[in-house]
Amino acid sequence: MTTRRVVARAPQDTPAGLWTYLLLAVSMLFAAFPLYWMFVIATSNDEALAKLPPAIVPGEKFLTNVDEVFSLQDVYFAASLVNSVIVSTVVTASVLFFCSLAGFAFAKLRFKGSNALMLFVVLTLTVPNQLGIVALYIVMGKLGWNGTLLAVIAPGLVTAFGVFYMRQFIVNTVPDELIESARVDGATTMRVYATIVLPAIRPALAVLGLLTFVATWNDFQWPLITLSGTDFPTSMVAVSDLASGNYVIYRRVLAGAFIATVPLLLMLFVGGRQIVRGIMEGAVKS
Amino acid sequence: MSSTRAAPAPPSRRPARERGGADDTRLTWRNRLYRFDMRYMPYLMIAPFFLLFIVFGLFPLLFNAVVSLRNYRLDDPTLPYWAGFENFSRLVADEDFWNALYNTFGIFLLSTLPQLLLALMVASLLNRKLRAQTWWRVGVLLPYVTPIVASTMVFSVFFSRDFGMANWALGLLGIGGADDPIDWRADKLHAWIAIATMVNWKWIGYNALLYLAAMQSIPRDVYEASAIDGAGQWKQLWRITVPMIQPVVVFTVILSTIGGLQLFTEPMLFDPNAQAATGGPNGEWQTIAQLIYKVGWKDLNLGYAAAMSWALFLIILVVAGLNYLLTNRLSGGRR
Repeated sequence: MTTRRVVARAPQDTPAGLWTYLLLAVSMLFAAFPLYWMFVIATSNDEALAKLPPAIVPGEKFLTNVDEVFSLQDVYFAASLVNSVIVSTVVTASVLFFCSLAGFAFAKLRFKGSNALMLFVVLTLTVPNQLGIVALYIVMGKLGWNGTLLAVIAPGLVTAFGVFYMRQFIVNTVPDELIESARVDGATTMRVYATIVLPAIRPALAVLGLLTFVATWNDFQWPLITLSGTDFPTSMVAVSDLASGNYVIYRRVLAGAFIATVPLLLMLFVGGRQIVRGIMEGAVKS
Repeated sequence: MSSTRAAPAPPSRRPARERGGADDTRLTWRNRLYRFDMRYMPYLMIAPFFLLFIVFGLFPLLFNAVVSLRNYRLDDPTLPYWAGFENFSRLVADEDFWNALYNTFGIFLLSTLPQLLLALMVASLLNRKLRAQTWWRVGVLLPYVTPIVASTMVFSVFFSRDFGMANWALGLLGIGGADDPIDWRADKLHAWIAIATMVNWKWIGYNALLYLAAMQSIPRDVYEASAIDGAGQWKQLWRITVPMIQPVVVFTVILSTIGGLQLFTEPMLFDPNAQAATGGPNGEWQTIAQLIYKVGWKDLNLGYAAAMSWALFLIILVVAGLNYLLTNRLSGGRR
């Protein structure tokens, strides 16, 4: 019989036992296996796909497959990667700039209607914007932007989530006294933004930047609608093009999919800590 | 909120009019600049969001209502301008619509519940003192950063009838097997399961981190008290942890409702003939978002697609509301 511990600990203070590690390892396996297997097929020849028990060792045909993906004529794979980089970078940079600016205004500046306007921003968070997609297509048609990268970039340039996230962060981290003393020295609002706010919110910029980049890179439905059939697909549209047709060659599809995933895996590897923090902070605050 | 804000001091301590000469004009100019900066700059700073939202968010949403009342066909501009409620009456009688609605809900149910339960399990595993804590957390996010387009391609192969890994694994357990393989694309239930698996894979880790964050903000003494009362870990999870993180549970239910009812990429690319957007030969797994895409951009009937978007909007509102009530009851009731 075990004796009951009198001083009990909260779960987060209890050291994990063997079972916890084992179960976590199994979860990791489930999370990682599809990605790993994507790589296995991307490096193999056609036979690997139909092997049972499944092939689990990478082959040697990666370069061959990649070469085929890049040389397919109407998929524009190389161009699509460039397009995705352009779209995601522009959107991310713009989101960081405009959201931090608006977040600063809502957090620290006094102006009429600021509370009502902030409430409006939060409310827009709950509107699934996919619902206006038909009309958005018509609007883009009137602007003449359908089929161009502008159609994909423009709607994402500032986001309600970004404004909200920045406001919360600035409220908590930028001390009023600092802004005040800069004001006394005659600093304009933009100067305060540049010299005081921006340096203080660097961690939040990293988090928001990573989340925005990942979401923009992975977006599929709207790019498919507006860019499909043009010479400027994003990489997601190009990968889906790889899989269309009567006879799909999966080692090509998965080689393309793998290439389009690598940038995000690198980001997770480098900025994983920030992404985790961003998601967890969002949970507690919202 | 406003009481803690910095009270601005003017750049010049003496009013401009007390001075004279050339100095005067310079100062009024500076004062004007200052006034502008104080009064209007905040609006300028928030304007980009509102402009963009109005043009690409609000206006399309409202304009959608107009389009839904019109004959808006990309291939036939000669039709009369207004259609009245024709699109909506057609919708009510449209078998495709009801079928897509049925599929959407089927997949939604098969994905939401297991997803959130498993997320809860993973979160409680992560909510321990772990070695290399950050790396476990980063690890569960692997599916989150993976493009759905890419992972769906992999799962499409997993769920192929003859050489798929899913059938092989089930065969090891004595289900189906090589003689009688499951055709995952032949009937609704199996197609739904396959698609729900993809959705679950993608979102479990993300939801687990949301739960974990909430779990870690539970005061420690609550657990201490319950342990002295003799509650084991399992009891603690259901009696303390879950009720205490209830707001986040509600939040994730709403998130997965909004996401689940708009499911598009997975059902699209699960189909070997993705471009048709039919979701299987007989619409076995065609979702509403997919049907909207097909009606709008394959059948080129934007008016009808807009009417469907409105229907979807209403459905999301109702379901999110119901879910909110239900989750509130279930996860908070035992407190």
